[in-house]
Amino acid sequence: MFANFSLDFFIFGIMPYIALTVLIVGSIARYERDPFTWKSSSSQLLRRKQLVVGSVFFHVGIITVFFGHLVGLFTPVWILDALGIPYALKQWMAVLIGGIAGIVALIGATMLIHRRLTDARIRATSSFADIGIMVLIWLQLFIGLGTITLTVQHMDGVEMVHFMNWSQSVILLNLNAWLDVANVHWLYKAHIFLGLLITILFPFTRLVHMISGFAAPFRYLFRPGFQLVRSRRQDPLPRARNVVPAANRAVKPVANPAE
Amino acid sequence: MRIRAQIGMVLNLDKCIGCHTCSVTCKNVWTSRDGVEYAWFNNVETKPGTGYPTDWENQARWNGGWERTKAGKLQPKQGSKWRILANIFANPDLPEIDDYYEPFDFDHDHLKSAPEMEAFPTARPYSKITGERIEKIEKGPNWEEILGGEFAKRSGDYNFEGIEKQIYGEYENTFMMYLPRLCEHCLNPTCAASCPSGAIYKREEDGIVLIDQEKCRGWRMCVSGCPYKKVYYNWSTGKSEKCTLCYPRIESGNPTVCSETCVGRIRYLGVMLYDADKIESAANAYDEKDLYDAQLGVFLDPNDPVVIETARADGVPEDWIKAAQESPIWKMAMEWKVAFPLHPEYRTLPMVWYIPPLSPIQNAAEAGAIGTDAGMPDVKKLRIPVKYLANMLTAGDEAPVVNALERMLAMRSYMRSKTVEGVVDEGIAARVGLSGRVIEDMYKIMALADYEDRFVIPTTHREQVEEAYDLKGGCGFTDSNGCSTGISKGSLFGGSKKPLKMPSEVQ
Repeated sequence: MFANFSLDFFIFGIMPYIALTVLIVGSIARYERDPFTWKSSSSQLLRRKQLVVGSVFFHVGIITVFFGHLVGLFTPVWILDALGIPYALKQWMAVLIGGIAGIVALIGATMLIHRRLTDARIRATSSFADIGIMVLIWLQLFIGLGTITLTVQHMDGVEMVHFMNWSQSVILLNLNAWLDVANVHWLYKAHIFLGLLITILFPFTRLVHMISGFAAPFRYLFRPGFQLVRSRRQDPLPRARNVVPAANRAVKPVANPAE
Repeated sequence: MRIRAQIGMVLNLDKCIGCHTCSVTCKNVWTSRDGVEYAWFNNVETKPGTGYPTDWENQARWNGGWERTKAGKLQPKQGSKWRILANIFANPDLPEIDDYYEPFDFDHDHLKSAPEMEAFPTARPYSKITGERIEKIEKGPNWEEILGGEFAKRSGDYNFEGIEKQIYGEYENTFMMYLPRLCEHCLNPTCAASCPSGAIYKREEDGIVLIDQEKCRGWRMCVSGCPYKKVYYNWSTGKSEKCTLCYPRIESGNPTVCSETCVGRIRYLGVMLYDADKIESAANAYDEKDLYDAQLGVFLDPNDPVVIETARADGVPEDWIKAAQESPIWKMAMEWKVAFPLHPEYRTLPMVWYIPPLSPIQNAAEAGAIGTDAGMPDVKKLRIPVKYLANMLTAGDEAPVVNALERMLAMRSYMRSKTVEGVVDEGIAARVGLSGRVIEDMYKIMALADYEDRFVIPTTHREQVEEAYDLKGGCGFTDSNGCSTGISKGSLFGGSKKPLKMPSEVQ
């Protein structure tokens, strides 16, 4: 196998595993070792201008794109067949939804980059990683939208199935997965490469807030009530009720999650 | 009934001299770091004024605190859980740093490094965020000090609600008071309720509200949730920070730094027992004017045998019950009814209370033109309008404030009569519903204010919360993040910030 080593093999055959390993191990290490640095790094306090529209556009767009890729790439082909969804139809949906969401995200990202580079306060408080990851994501969005111009030239969905097979083969530890995408246009390859690169950088940048962002609704919505009480006691608080009968004048006990 | 103990604070505004010692000592201890230069966990405002951050009291603008919905449900004014989550990308209610002020310092180095020149060198201001020169400082932490600025601006003060305020802009009718502010360590904190990460919590054993720096993700909903604007976003670490009620000091039985250093001896710290089961209904009172009374109803009498027994059963330590019985907070808030919560209409059930200030009697009264009520001046004739104080302390209900001011006047009058004329006049005490004995107790605690009367703080029970052996060789108090130094030094997970460059003169 190593006799026919190629750059394609490295990027599409090996790099996904490096990326996933760094993503998982790096994120766990950061969460465990340096939780204080795990944050969204919001700069809204310093400058509201351009952030409200820029951030909402960017996030709504990119979350749509993200889940679009997730569902689109990792839904097994046989499910499409079983449901009788034509590949061409799925591709049309991908182009339409992804295209619109991608443009929205790109507009937002452009506003955010412009703000980050030109606003003195934001510039002064930005780290190299903050600017770098923003530029990479902008580029990724741009290339991703660029591939649409190629995609619309062959709307039969065959090439899309190649990408689906590749992603799923990677997950299934099939080392020949790279062959699925070895012959696609270089723009697609660049898009995949950048995606893997961003995945590798994920644990070392502010991107980690994605995990918290996806977790927050679960945490927050399923938290009973609004308030949180923490006790430092090693032994649980006494739960005894009715110890003093006179005390229970028409007050119902309320469950408290922290006790 | 579910009894919890809380360390509460009372500030006697009648004695505040506006020296800012509390703010400065607090600043030096807690916020003399990157990213929180603009943050004052404790600040002192001159009232009437719009305060810091500007116009913070106006919740129509900031949407802080709670609201009772039409359906009778209690929810943060900034929105339900869904609404808060939807605002996570950009918080529409978040103040900008300019609403506080852009932190600045002065180019002191220039004083010694300036080349020989005709004009005397000056230390000009520069921004602590960008390092750029600030030509004109437009705002500071205490911009309205001693009624600074024109009345037209200051009269934006929310407490003028329902007051014909124009005459207070006239020199003859002007009035002034100080309002030191810190985190209220509320029974029903909106900051904690708004946090999607669950990083903000109330401590069960002493009621202190804290932000877990390792769990905070910088969603900044707490900043907008807090109606007192006492949660600050650290723009350097990307985490929110707030007053900790100096919990390391409180745990060891010491007063907070602001209280310890208070020159006017206006601050009191003590334990309040409260019924945790009553909080929700108290905060959800239909009429805003009922909120003060509703909160009084949450507190429990530490001398009631039923309360004592239940408190024991609920795990309140014996010395905390004893401290609650001797609590100056209990006396001022519950027995004498001279202390009030700050803006109860925010429905947070704050636990830092204020004794309203007396003020000089209007000129005419001094000249004898306006009658005094049998030796006692009419509090309605005090220079600070009662309505103004009521808007600040009782959601506009004047009666409790009038009662408190009358009791304070009675205390003066009674003690003056006793010490100057040698006459004990029980009539003065009786007129305000007190007895001479109670007034002398008030005098001891409120006027003399000895250290041990002001601060009745039981120590924490460390044996219940930690294994001392495990702490051996630990790193004590750190920036957070265990023994790691946090972000400022730079690590794999967060690059170091570029040092600020001082602006240099263009040659």
